[in-house]
Amino acid sequence: MTGCLIALLLIPLVAGGVAATVRGWAGHAATIAAGLACLGLVAAMWTSVGRGTIAVGFLRVDAVSMVFLLGTSFLYAVVAVYTAGYLRAELARRSSRAGTRYQRRFLLGINLFVWAMLFAPSVNGLALVWVGVEITTIVSAVLVAIDDTEAAAEAAWKYVLIASCGLGIALLATIFMYYAGAQVLGQSYDLSFPQLLAHAGQLPATPVRLAFVLAVIGFGTKVGLFPVHTWLPDAHAEAPTPLSALLSGSLLAVSFYAILRFYQVTAATVGAGFAGGVLLVFGVLTLLLAALYLLDQRNLKRFLAYSSVEHMGILAIGVSFGNPIALFGVMLHVLVHAAGKGGAFLSAGAIVQGFRTKQLAHIHGAFDRMPWTASTFVIAIFALCAMPPFGIFRSEFLVIQGGFSAHHTASAAVLVLLVTVAFVGLAATTTRSIAAGPVEGDPGPRQEANAWMVVPVLACVLVLLLLGLWLPGPMGEVLHNAAFELSVGGGHGPG
Amino acid sequence: MHATGTTGVVMAPSVFEGTASTVAMIVLLLEFLMLRSALLRAQIRLYAAQSAVVSILAAVIAHGRSLPELYVLAVLSFALKAVLVPWVISRMMRDSATEIAGSGALGVASEVIVSIGVATFGFFAVGALHIHSTVLPSAALSLAVAVVLVSFVLMIVRRDVISQSIGFFSLENGVSLASLVVAAGMPLILEVAFLFDLLVAVVVFGILMRTHHRHVSSLSTADLTSLRG
Repeated sequence: MTGCLIALLLIPLVAGGVAATVRGWAGHAATIAAGLACLGLVAAMWTSVGRGTIAVGFLRVDAVSMVFLLGTSFLYAVVAVYTAGYLRAELARRSSRAGTRYQRRFLLGINLFVWAMLFAPSVNGLALVWVGVEITTIVSAVLVAIDDTEAAAEAAWKYVLIASCGLGIALLATIFMYYAGAQVLGQSYDLSFPQLLAHAGQLPATPVRLAFVLAVIGFGTKVGLFPVHTWLPDAHAEAPTPLSALLSGSLLAVSFYAILRFYQVTAATVGAGFAGGVLLVFGVLTLLLAALYLLDQRNLKRFLAYSSVEHMGILAIGVSFGNPIALFGVMLHVLVHAAGKGGAFLSAGAIVQGFRTKQLAHIHGAFDRMPWTASTFVIAIFALCAMPPFGIFRSEFLVIQGGFSAHHTASAAVLVLLVTVAFVGLAATTTRSIAAGPVEGDPGPRQEANAWMVVPVLACVLVLLLLGLWLPGPMGEVLHNAAFELSVGGGHGPG
Repeated sequence: MHATGTTGVVMAPSVFEGTASTVAMIVLLLEFLMLRSALLRAQIRLYAAQSAVVSILAAVIAHGRSLPELYVLAVLSFALKAVLVPWVISRMMRDSATEIAGSGALGVASEVIVSIGVATFGFFAVGALHIHSTVLPSAALSLAVAVVLVSFVLMIVRRDVISQSIGFFSLENGVSLASLVVAAGMPLILEVAFLFDLLVAVVVFGILMRTHHRHVSSLSTADLTSLRG
């Protein structure tokens, strides 16, 4: 299994290298093959992680990491296929030389970005996780600016400045955690998880508390927690669509993974009450902000970006409940959100290409012009609203159930209320424009997106449906183990 | 600047502690100078000086604690932060022919007063946490946090991209300072990764200058308002 892990971290690099040197379809073929191979490798590692950890050198994968690896590698495969169709339409507007250069840069960037997001959850230690998240920022900031328009440059500037400041704060958090650990373990240790967790009970409480708050603010910048979310809608809206899907479905989750690791140590040192309280405050404010912004959005991609902020708020609140049912729901939510937001962004990207606008007011009669894309988009939005029978319904239900059974009645009630507000926003905005009929009975020419852009979205929708109706045994086992690992530090049993 | 021993008796600081605290103080003072300087070129020079001072501290700690890998960091951070980044930024600035920093949201005097307040808060807040150890110059840690906070003030009140990038770059200096005094043994790769972040910020900064400057010939972030809501 260690071979699988090493291969998982080599394949995207190789694919990136190939895609940066060849032209035409070969680059896409390499990326698609890499995406499918990574998904296969994660599936192969899945069952063996059900019973322990995979460790080799500075790499270590346990059930919690596995959940994030699955989300990222699934999106990698889906986005790789989609990009083949997406770039064909984009390159039609450029000369063949500029097109080749654009495609090489784009595919290299996407592969490196995915590599960084697979690296961060696979490494052993808070320091290396920080490095992984840092690399994701470096690569994705350049990718956001790749279209070289004024709006893209503005979004990339805000992103790099705000996210880098956040990472500076996260580095301070890591420094304080290192200091706390050094009091027990001596100066020469490397912040590895087993060591830190084994001695978590003896760590001095004040530096650990400080480190956790700084980590929530610092990494929270990349997660999109209020009030440090401001780069997020800009970057998601201005980035090329395949990147938007990866940012929203995967990057936010990977940054949340970093917070979870700090949560584990903090809960073991000072108890889950403190750590949960901090997350609850940030989660509720984040969810409130997102729900209100969802009510009146005019830009299709910003609309989806705020939906991502909403779901990150739900994750934070779910962890703050701290009991195994809620944490199981959180872990499942990471996966279903990746599928849901991937599907929504990818079909939205096809709509934006078809209508040549992101303004919702100008998108009418989508069902007549692009029946497949419009249907999958509306289904993905229903799924993101947590409607049954889709997977997000199941995960949010578990989070709320966990909240009530852990006697966080008030917080769980607030969660239900705010999710309902967000539902109203999502449903109203969608029915107002995408699902609305054509203006004055003129549907315009029928121009469905090409199959490369429709099939990946269908895959996302099928996964959402599958996870809503039936949770495969091995998947349930790993999610259960992940929830157990997260809750054990807080003194809860496996339930 | 006295170090307090474990017994609570005030003792004379060791050479290492004295150096660390002095350097931290110089870094904070340079941060304040950046805040008040109206010329962008002067800001860049101050940043180069601040980076050089932090690099020297890395070398001092490498010697004092016998951590040879910190020499690598010292050399790398000097080459990047004191030479390369200031040079690239001033070249880009020469092309845009802007000299004076855009007026801030506050007057210079108010900015300085706000920053003094913020820095004092940071200094005493960290002091009140009682993060002590026999090897740790705790005054330097408080000063590093003060530097970070003042750099946030710089980024918030100034409205031009150069001041904002310089603010972020000096934030990085503050964090380096904290990591050097608190966690000198911490893996070097963190510091190096953060240096890369600086380089990417410079690249994106270059793209922004190019695309933005084509349309409006100013560096003011007051024009960066097309994305909102």
